[in-house]
Amino acid sequence: MTPDTYVPEHFLPVAIFLLLGGAFAVGMLVVGWFVRPRRPYPEKLLTYESGITPFMDAHQKFSIRFYLIAMLFLIFDIEAVFLYPWAVAYGKIGLYGFVEMVIFIAILLVGYVYAWKKGALEWE
Amino acid sequence: MTVMDQVANIAYSLIIPVAVLFGFIMLNAAYLSYMERKVLAHMQARMGPMMTGWHGILQPIADGVKLFFKEDIIPAKADKWLFSLAPVLLLIMSIAAFVAIPFGPPTDFYGILSNKVPLWLTNLNVGILYVLALASVGTYGVIMAGWASNNKYSLLGGFRSAAQMISYEIPMAFAIITVVLLAGSLNLAEIVNAQSEKWFIIVLPVGPVAFLLYLISGVAETNRAPFDLPEAETELVAGFFTEYTGMRFAMFFMAEYANMVVISLLVSILFLGGWMPVQILPNTWLGGMPPVSWINGLFRLMPPVLWLLGKVYFLLFFFIWLRATLPRLRYDQLMAFSWKFLLPLSLATLLTTAVMKQMGLL
Repeated sequence: MTPDTYVPEHFLPVAIFLLLGGAFAVGMLVVGWFVRPRRPYPEKLLTYESGITPFMDAHQKFSIRFYLIAMLFLIFDIEAVFLYPWAVAYGKIGLYGFVEMVIFIAILLVGYVYAWKKGALEWE
Repeated sequence: MTVMDQVANIAYSLIIPVAVLFGFIMLNAAYLSYMERKVLAHMQARMGPMMTGWHGILQPIADGVKLFFKEDIIPAKADKWLFSLAPVLLLIMSIAAFVAIPFGPPTDFYGILSNKVPLWLTNLNVGILYVLALASVGTYGVIMAGWASNNKYSLLGGFRSAAQMISYEIPMAFAIITVVLLAGSLNLAEIVNAQSEKWFIIVLPVGPVAFLLYLISGVAETNRAPFDLPEAETELVAGFFTEYTGMRFAMFFMAEYANMVVISLLVSILFLGGWMPVQILPNTWLGGMPPVSWINGLFRLMPPVLWLLGKVYFLLFFFIWLRATLPRLRYDQLMAFSWKFLLPLSLATLLTTAVMKQMGLL
């Protein structure tokens, strides 16, 4: 099978379901539009803030911790992505593949220990 | 082949399975809310919904109709487009995850059909990766909802939820890679077939550990108790969907319940033998003599798809049970638990499996 003749027919049901899910979600909203009431007034459209008048915008600074977590996640998620094909082929690549992956994981573990020691995993 | 035959062919191979699966998802998403309320109520010595129909059996329909007729409020300060898109995206992703899941081996329904049909829509060779990828896209829906609402509770809930979901995705991925190592395939049907002799949960010593890792991460991924901080009512109102009303609110709930079903299906498929029946003892025990072979034969009488669904509903019951039993974690505990405990443990499990396979012990 050459790449330009490859038709991903296994993914046809996936496309059908993505469309069906979208049509269902949007359809519910559209049909509902005809029957549901619309009586907006400024107080109703106010952002909820436990009964007090909302002050300032919610889009402001947030904790740097979330960035750190996101970056650590990227590192380990990419590691996981490399491990999937390795795990599938593990029976065929033998000892060589095993040692190579141990070295790969060890390098990432150094980074993990460093992040831990630097306090990147603390949440105060 | 006549035109009618071709039409019938397409109907059998695509339209009917799509309709059945879609109905299954919708029925589950609706009735899981009923199950949750009933089970929680009885665990707390209450009755739960009782007014609509016999023992409140029509409650999900009543809820759906009510939400359908509710006003759809978009706050003036919200980002209108992202706000509208977020629940739709989440619902699409949780529904589409079902496509790749095999529900049983090919069957002719005891001779009703002339030839055997598979109980899955598509048998992707990267099945498990596909389901995981959709779950990751769902994280965008959560953070979009939190950001677009322009509400402080929503924003904090969205960030917390996204951080929690990505933190628990890593031990989850390593637990899955352990299973892939054992099965040698990413195809969900092949993973089940690899467990015909021995379910992966009882492959000592790594099976039970990987199972628990996956189960815990799965509960955290779906934002369920005791990891339900993003929706912690007592501090964040309703978390990332605080500002949502009516049908959009309902979509968040349907997506959450659909995700619970997906996680339960994956736990069953990856660790509990999928549609394989229970074996009280190995068939070869005592040389395959009665009564072991009789009892195992008895278990085999139940259709495979019912075995899978039985495991799924037991797990769903278990998730509700957790909610009734365990108190909520603190946020720093939640993050530390994933990064400092589950992550090293999952890596160790993975490496142990690799070493034991290398030595020919598994």
